[in-house]
Amino acid sequence: MSAYSVTEPTGRSKLVAAVLVTLYMVITLIPLAWIISTGFKSGPDSISYPPKVVFEPSLEGYVNLFTTRTRVSQEAFAALPPAETWYDQIVRDQGMVIAGPSRFGERFMNSVIIGFGSTFLSIFLGTLAAYAFSRFKVPLKDDLLFFILSTRMMPPIAVAIPIFLMYRELGLSDTHLGMILLYTAVNISLAVWLLKGFIDEIPREYEEAALIDGYTRFQAFRKVVLPQAATGIASTAIFCLIFAWNEYAFAVLLTSGTAQTAPPFIPTIIGVGGQDWPAVAAGATIFLLPVMIFTILLRKHLLRGITFGAVRK
Amino acid sequence: MTNTPIDRLARATPPDMAKKVRGLSDRAIAWIFVAPTIFLLLAINIFPLIWTVRLSFTNYAANRPNREVEFVGLRNYIRILTDDGIWANMQTTAHFLIWTIVLQVVIGFSLAWLINRKFKGNDLLTTLIVLPMMLSPAVVGNFWTFLYQPQIGLINYVVELFTGIPASSFSMLGPGGLAKWSIIIVDTWMWTPFVMLICLAGLRSIPDYIYEAAEIDRASKWRQFWTITVPMVLPFLMLAVLFRGIENFKMFDMVVLLTGGGPGNETLLASIDLKREAFEKWRTGYSSAYAIILFVTVFGLASIYVKALNKVKER
Repeated sequence: MSAYSVTEPTGRSKLVAAVLVTLYMVITLIPLAWIISTGFKSGPDSISYPPKVVFEPSLEGYVNLFTTRTRVSQEAFAALPPAETWYDQIVRDQGMVIAGPSRFGERFMNSVIIGFGSTFLSIFLGTLAAYAFSRFKVPLKDDLLFFILSTRMMPPIAVAIPIFLMYRELGLSDTHLGMILLYTAVNISLAVWLLKGFIDEIPREYEEAALIDGYTRFQAFRKVVLPQAATGIASTAIFCLIFAWNEYAFAVLLTSGTAQTAPPFIPTIIGVGGQDWPAVAAGATIFLLPVMIFTILLRKHLLRGITFGAVRK
Repeated sequence: MTNTPIDRLARATPPDMAKKVRGLSDRAIAWIFVAPTIFLLLAINIFPLIWTVRLSFTNYAANRPNREVEFVGLRNYIRILTDDGIWANMQTTAHFLIWTIVLQVVIGFSLAWLINRKFKGNDLLTTLIVLPMMLSPAVVGNFWTFLYQPQIGLINYVVELFTGIPASSFSMLGPGGLAKWSIIIVDTWMWTPFVMLICLAGLRSIPDYIYEAAEIDRASKWRQFWTITVPMVLPFLMLAVLFRGIENFKMFDMVVLLTGGGPGNETLLASIDLKREAFEKWRTGYSSAYAIILFVTVFGLASIYVKALNKVKER
C-alpha cells in the first residue's frame, strides 16, 4: 500500500482519463485499420455503400499491387488454358490476364537503399560532428549550431529548384547517390542536435581517464564514447530512417525512372477507372507496417527522442 | 558523484594532462570531425540557397536552358508582392496554419493532461496514439482521399450515421468550401500526437512538491491548474507550436495528394503554388524569388517567436 499523496490522482479521475484516452485512440486508429482492411477487400467490396466492415477477405489487392494486367478479347480469354497459380486465378476472376510484374518491388527496394544509405551517412557524419561540438572548443560554435538547425526551415520546394539544376549538371538526377546525399543533408541537422544531447550526457572524465591510460583521442572516442552513446545513436538513426522513408517532395521532383521511392509511386497505382484502392491499400500496408512495428517495439527510445529533441533547445 | 576508481583517477588528474596525448591535436580532430558535415550542408543547403538568390533576379527558365538569361533586377519580387493571387495563397496558408495549431494545441494538451493521470496502460496507449505521426504523409494523405470519397467514403457515411445529413449531399474535397477544413482534419489527426508528447514532457517536468506546497496553502485544483500547470507547460507548448508552425508553413506532401490545391484554388497553400510555378510552368527565376520570400517569412516569424519564447522561459 502506498502512502497517501496529494498529487496522486484519485481512482475515479484515472478511470475517466483512461476511458477518454482510449476513445481517442480508437477513433484515431480507424483510418489505419481501414487501410489494412481495404488491402484485403475485393474491388467491388472496397467501394460498396455503406462501407463494409465485415467482408470476405481477398488477396486481389496484393496481387494487383505486384502485377500489371491486361484485358484480352472474349475469344482469347475463353481459349486460355486454365490458370496455373492462385494469383493467375485471382486476376482471371477480374476478367484479365497477368502481363508482367509491377514496379512496386523495385520502388520498395529503392526506399530501402536510400533510407538505409542516408541514415548510415547521417549517423556517421552526425556523430563525428556532435562529438566535436560537445567536447571541443569549435570557433563560432553557437553560430554553426544555429546554422545547422536553420537549414531545416527552408521549404523543400525552395531547395528543390537549385538542387534540380545542380543535379542535372552533375548527373545526380534520379540516382540513388543523389537522393542519399540529399536526405543526409536534410537529416544531419536533427542528427547533430540529438546526438550532441546524448554525448553531452556522457561524463568527460571517462575519456580523460582513457587518454591518461595512453589512448589517443580517436581511440578514446571509439572505445569509450561510442559504446556509451549507442542507445542515443540508435534512436537518432530510427528518426533519420523514418524521415527518409516517408519523404515525398524531393522524391517526386528529383526522381522518376530509376531511383523513385515508394511514396511517390503508391499514389500512382491505378486500375480500371481511377485508383485501384485495394492495391493502393495493400502497398500502403506493406510500406507503413515496418514503421508501425518499429514504433511499437522501440517506443521507449522513440518517445524520449521526440521530446528530447524539442526540450533540449 | 560516483566513486569508481576511474572517476577518482579522473578527478586526480589535471585537465591539462589530456592535451599531452599522442596523435592529432584536439583542434585538428575537431576540424576533421566537423568539416564533412559543414561541407555537406554548404554543398546541398547553402550553395543552392545562394544560387536561388541569384536566379531570383533573372528570367531563367529551367526547361529552356539555351535561352539567353536576362538580369531583371527586382522585377520578380515586385510582381510577387503585388500579385493578388499570391496574397490569397498566403491567406489560405495562414488559415491552415492557425486552425491546425489551435486544434492540435487544444486536443494535444488535453490528451497529455489526461495521460498524466498515470492510469494503468498509459504507455501503450501513448504509443498507439503516436502511430499516425510516424507514417508517410504522402501515402496516408493519398489514402484519405479514399476516406473522403463523395457518396461512398467512410467519412461521409459516418457523418450520415450521426447527423442524418445524406452522404451524397456533400463532398469533403469537392466544391462547397469543405476542402480547406478537410486538410485541417487530416493534419490534426496526424500531428496532434506530436503536441501531446511535448506537453507530456512539460507536465512530467513539474516537480510534485510544487503541488504539495499549493495543497498546503489550500489552493483549489482550478487555481493550481492556472497558476502552476499552465505556466510551467507553456514554454514546452510554445516550442511545439514553433515546430508545427514551421512544418505547416512548408506543408506540401499531404495536401498536394489530398487536394492538389483544389477545388479551384481553395487549398492552394504557398508551397503547392510554388511547385506549380517552378516545376509545371517552369518560371524558374520567378519561383526562385517566390522561394526566397517564403524562406525569409518563415525565418523572420520564427526568429520573432523564439525571442518571445525566451522571454517566457526567463519568467
